[in-house]
Amino acid sequence: MFGEGILKGLAETARNFLGSYVSKKRLTTVQYPEERLPQIEAYRNFPFLVYDGEDWQQGLRCVSCFICEKECPPKCIIIEKSTDKKPDAVGKLQFYPKVFNIDISVCMSCQICVEVCPFDAIKMDTDYELSTTNRFSALLWDKQQLAKSNEHYHKIHPTEAAAVDAQLAAERAKVAAKTKAAAEARPASPTTAANTNGSGPNPADKPVPAGSEK
Amino acid sequence: MSTTIEPVLAPSSSANAGESQLLELSMGPQHPSTHGVFRMDVVLDGERVLRLKPVFGYLHRNHEKIAEQESYLGSMPYTDRLDYICSLTNNWAYALAVEKLAGIQVPERAEYIRIITAELTRFLNHSALIGFLTQDMGASGTPLMYAFRERETILDLFESLTGARMMCNYMRFGGCRVDLPAGWLDQTRKFVATLPRFLDEFERLLATNEILMARTQGVGVMSKELAINAGVTGPILRASGVNYDLRKVDKYGIYDRFAFKIPLGEHGDTYDRYMIRLLEMRESLKILNQALKDIPEGPIVDPKTKIRGFKPRPGEAYGRIESPKGELGFYLISDGTANPYRYRVRSCCMMNLTVLEQLCIGHNVADVVVILGSIDIVMGEVDR
Repeated sequence: MFGEGILKGLAETARNFLGSYVSKKRLTTVQYPEERLPQIEAYRNFPFLVYDGEDWQQGLRCVSCFICEKECPPKCIIIEKSTDKKPDAVGKLQFYPKVFNIDISVCMSCQICVEVCPFDAIKMDTDYELSTTNRFSALLWDKQQLAKSNEHYHKIHPTEAAAVDAQLAAERAKVAAKTKAAAEARPASPTTAANTNGSGPNPADKPVPAGSEK
Repeated sequence: MSTTIEPVLAPSSSANAGESQLLELSMGPQHPSTHGVFRMDVVLDGERVLRLKPVFGYLHRNHEKIAEQESYLGSMPYTDRLDYICSLTNNWAYALAVEKLAGIQVPERAEYIRIITAELTRFLNHSALIGFLTQDMGASGTPLMYAFRERETILDLFESLTGARMMCNYMRFGGCRVDLPAGWLDQTRKFVATLPRFLDEFERLLATNEILMARTQGVGVMSKELAINAGVTGPILRASGVNYDLRKVDKYGIYDRFAFKIPLGEHGDTYDRYMIRLLEMRESLKILNQALKDIPEGPIVDPKTKIRGFKPRPGEAYGRIESPKGELGFYLISDGTANPYRYRVRSCCMMNLTVLEQLCIGHNVADVVVILGSIDIVMGEVDR
């Protein structure tokens, strides 16, 4: 019969239309911003800098190694390294970024900076309501705007943050054991001890997270 | 870019003042039916198309040249933006090319994850395409929204896996970026189990609709010969009856382990191109069910691959996959440095677009819109 296919299709739409009165599943619209969908844990938007402890300036994990700046595909990260060193959260002398800017209007949220960072200093945030009235300076985020606490990281990505913390703790323990061993070995061989002392904040051969030694 | 069309009006025709006049019309680039910033210069005799010239390049972003300045990993997020409906298959094609170049092995679990995400992408692309195609025919909204309802669920799955709905940036050389989150497989299995019902609904909605059949059957017929000669690939090639699917031909990844069929069309018209997608979605579900059943535990990335300082040995490689739209290939030449010496994308959308004129000649303007919709282009990939 001609028109049968049309009627079949209309029956389908009618089923969906009437079904939306009985089945919650068929009501797919969410009345944003009054209602919100639960955030998916893996969601990422723009990067932020993680700091440990209370003071964001003291606890920044970033040691301005420029790796993220180099690897960033759209080149939206601008870093200036400090000339001096200052103690970080655990009192160890480190370089720190004098300037750390991310141009959010250029960033494409690819999280390659997160992957390449050997210090777990940069992570992805989940904040998405970021509209501003100025598209230039307001979208160029500086160090202070980017710095967010480790607790914040735990809040937005609990599983990932726990894994990072566990890995950091393991690395810190390893370094602590190494320095302890070096300290014990010092009386026996003063030359090697002098070398270890003079090698700066990080042994050059392996990337140790900033503020790793306790 | 030269956009002029050589005059089709033969000098003699202007003499016959009583005859119909030819009209040169520019469709697009800001036209909702052209699927992005795409323009067609059509020469019309009344409603009939005499000539059609596709004009593209409005979305050119210099992808290939930028990639030559980037590290190999740095190009991965840009591949998301080629065919932005199916970013995961783009990732896979690029990763495959680099893996060939550097001789990297992919662990078993990563291969399964790739297949699962790729087939979900295929499902998502085809259902969205049918929605857009019917929208082009005037079925305003309903089929599209039905398709998008399922697409949204798939995108949620992608987001919980990769962190982004569309710009996934998930595959890495020698594997994938992160492992599946807890419960993802169960969620996906549950969702895939509901998809046959959606497909039945989708078919009942329109497949036998008389208006749809009248608008599509016999419209834009592409012969086998034309399809092969023009280098057309993907569902629209198979709709013309050519049995060519890289999943069977190349058996890249681990596609040889799965039992699935390649649906073929008979007539090569728009209706066949529409039906072939419905059938391919059913085959994708078969692959998904097998892959979700068999997926093993294990590592997801080859431990030998470096994230930083990745420099493949000098040489060249061409990696290609059957993306939802056709053969998507990446051709890379390495000179041993951290950046590719040459980076070329073999874009299936652009190759498929080259037959547009032959398909459209003799049809009405309204059919041009439908034919273009059935070719399934995404301008992000056409222009790169």
